[in-house]
Amino acid sequence: MLDQKDHIVAETAARIFADLADPQTINREKNGAWKESLWQTLDDAKLPLAWVPERLGGSGASLAEGFAILGVAGRFALAVPLAETLASGWLLASAGLEAPAAAMTVAPARPHERITMSADGRLNGRVSAIPFAQDCAHIAVLADNGKRQQIALVDVKDCRLTEGHNLAGDSVNTVTFDCVKPKRIAPATDGFDTTSLLLMGAVIRGVETAGALEAILSLSVAYANERVAFERPIGKFQAVQQNLARLAGEVAAALAVSGSAADAIAQAESFDEGVFLEGASAKVRTAEAAREGAAIAHQVFGAIGFTQEHMLHRFTLRMLSWRDDFGNESYWAVELGKRISSRGANEFWPLMASR
Amino acid sequence: MTTSLSFDPVRLSPQCEALRTEVRAFLAQEISAGTFEPHHPGYSESYDRDFSRRVGAKGWIGMTWPKQYGGHERSQLERYVVTEEFRVANAPANFHFVADRQSGPILLKYAPEHIKKDILPRICRGELCFAIGMSEPGSGSDLFAAKTKATKVDGGWHINGSKIWTTSAHIANYMLALFRTSPPTKENRRHGLTQFLVNMKTQGITVNPIYQMTGKPGFNEVVFVDTFLPDDHVIGEIDGAWKQATSELAYERSGPERFLDTFYVLPELVRTLGPEPDLRGAEGLGQLVAQLHTLRRMSVSVAGMLQAGKEPVVEGSIVKDLGTVWEQKLPARVRELAALLKPELLNHTALEDQLAHATTIAPKLTIQGGTTEILRGIIARGLGLR
Repeated sequence: MLDQKDHIVAETAARIFADLADPQTINREKNGAWKESLWQTLDDAKLPLAWVPERLGGSGASLAEGFAILGVAGRFALAVPLAETLASGWLLASAGLEAPAAAMTVAPARPHERITMSADGRLNGRVSAIPFAQDCAHIAVLADNGKRQQIALVDVKDCRLTEGHNLAGDSVNTVTFDCVKPKRIAPATDGFDTTSLLLMGAVIRGVETAGALEAILSLSVAYANERVAFERPIGKFQAVQQNLARLAGEVAAALAVSGSAADAIAQAESFDEGVFLEGASAKVRTAEAAREGAAIAHQVFGAIGFTQEHMLHRFTLRMLSWRDDFGNESYWAVELGKRISSRGANEFWPLMASR
Repeated sequence: MTTSLSFDPVRLSPQCEALRTEVRAFLAQEISAGTFEPHHPGYSESYDRDFSRRVGAKGWIGMTWPKQYGGHERSQLERYVVTEEFRVANAPANFHFVADRQSGPILLKYAPEHIKKDILPRICRGELCFAIGMSEPGSGSDLFAAKTKATKVDGGWHINGSKIWTTSAHIANYMLALFRTSPPTKENRRHGLTQFLVNMKTQGITVNPIYQMTGKPGFNEVVFVDTFLPDDHVIGEIDGAWKQATSELAYERSGPERFLDTFYVLPELVRTLGPEPDLRGAEGLGQLVAQLHTLRRMSVSVAGMLQAGKEPVVEGSIVKDLGTVWEQKLPARVRELAALLKPELLNHTALEDQLAHATTIAPKLTIQGGTTEILRGIIARGLGLR
């Protein structure tokens, strides 16, 4: 649960985003110049390395504080690799590795993709859809050396990148590791594996999605109260009210399930069955909320919401893209279904009730 | 730029979990004694006075109420645990459930002291069944159109008119009902209704059963002809019942019973799919589990807000909206997921029986206790749209 301290960090983030990453303002910008001053300010406030302890070069914030920052980032549909740098810092720190200062991203970001490490510590493999790779200086990598999982820090310049973008226009790259020598290597802690990393990524995207949905709800309600048709604000029509009430339901579901999963990770000592249920559920349900919520919001806004000029797409397209990162909702639903099935019917309710 | 929706990740305390263990042991004992069968959902709709008395003796009715009225001063979250374990087990809690959830808290807040002293301890002992007298032949969701009249007479009131769709009226000892004591005013159409405590044994009350589409009784028509209710049975402010109605909604609407009414088909699906389901089965099951987990975390969160003394009316309405729509669709989804499995598999007959039950009760879930449309209106109001 958020305490006062989490709110202070989140408020700092909100102030910076409002000043330097206001969605309406940057939607009009033709180039990405705003990103530089934004990142500099975030860096000065020590936000990107919030999940790295001070002794490893970060600011040593709690997991809860970091998730609070990400919820706020979602409300601004943030288009810089803050979440990815947070996650990378967290991954490196979990193995006791120091984090470098500049922006980072994390790999792998999809299930069934693997990076291997040879006996002499070289990395090989090809991973797809790494968010913001071309905008980052480093990649934090989870690799397999055949014996155990290893965590490594890699210079992006040492990898081959394929150009690509997600629905929202943020860069997403296929990254090829061809005998890459990492800058730092350390073994992962016992039990930490790709599923752990994907769960963390899934919850991060869930928290961001819930934030984006909160913003979408505010925008939609404000618009419905102000836009007049048939001689009254459209928000006075029951059909529109019922749609917005459904949108509020999706926002509520996304907030509750992602907040719960973030709390579960913050409280847990390992990525156990309970964290799996919470993390997988967060990705499945927030993806559903993103799909339903985006459709309702666009319906409320009509044609204006479908323009480049209007900022609604910054939220809806980004949130729809996030569904694909760190395992899409179908992947997590299948994995969750399999786990529930293998536990059996009698163990089903006890697991649900344990959360 | 944000809304005020809030769902903190409330966790159940070790005390709650200890209680859960105790509740499960009690239910297991009742099951082995033959009181009910957990795989027969029909039990959760049955009235079992003796069972309710034993639940009362455990201290699980009126759990959150003050001790001076027979309550146990436990938390909303402890009550939550009892409610969900009972519901998941299909325990026959119908006799006491409405009194515990709804009628008791209203009496606690608005009834005269001697009524509270008389009635509340009996509810806590599991001795009383309550009905809610709201809908009338001409007014359902439009609560404030109620016409059944209370006319002032010496020492009390005469009631004339009828209530309809009244669940439990054929069993109930008491009813909390809304009657018209004044016409609505031009400024406030909600004005003029008063809440009364009605002893169902009072002369001038006739209860006519109305069978539901499941083939079972449940609904009733309750007819009042010159029924005399004493002055001290007025609950709260005369003509001002509308002020009392809304704050109770969060209690009534956000509990686990709002998404667990067809739960039994889900573990039955797990049993039917077996330990290694195909992709279609696994994905469908995973989606349902994720949705259920979300609803439960929302509902626990609202219970936490109630415990903290807040009135989360919008959050509670959202839980009921999402929860009842989900539990209504659940049998349809489970039917689809089981549709292509071989009929000789495991427990196919058991699943079909449970689906038949769940499918027939499904339509009522989004109607009772505030229709989906009414709830969405309340949510829209909370959003600032009306």
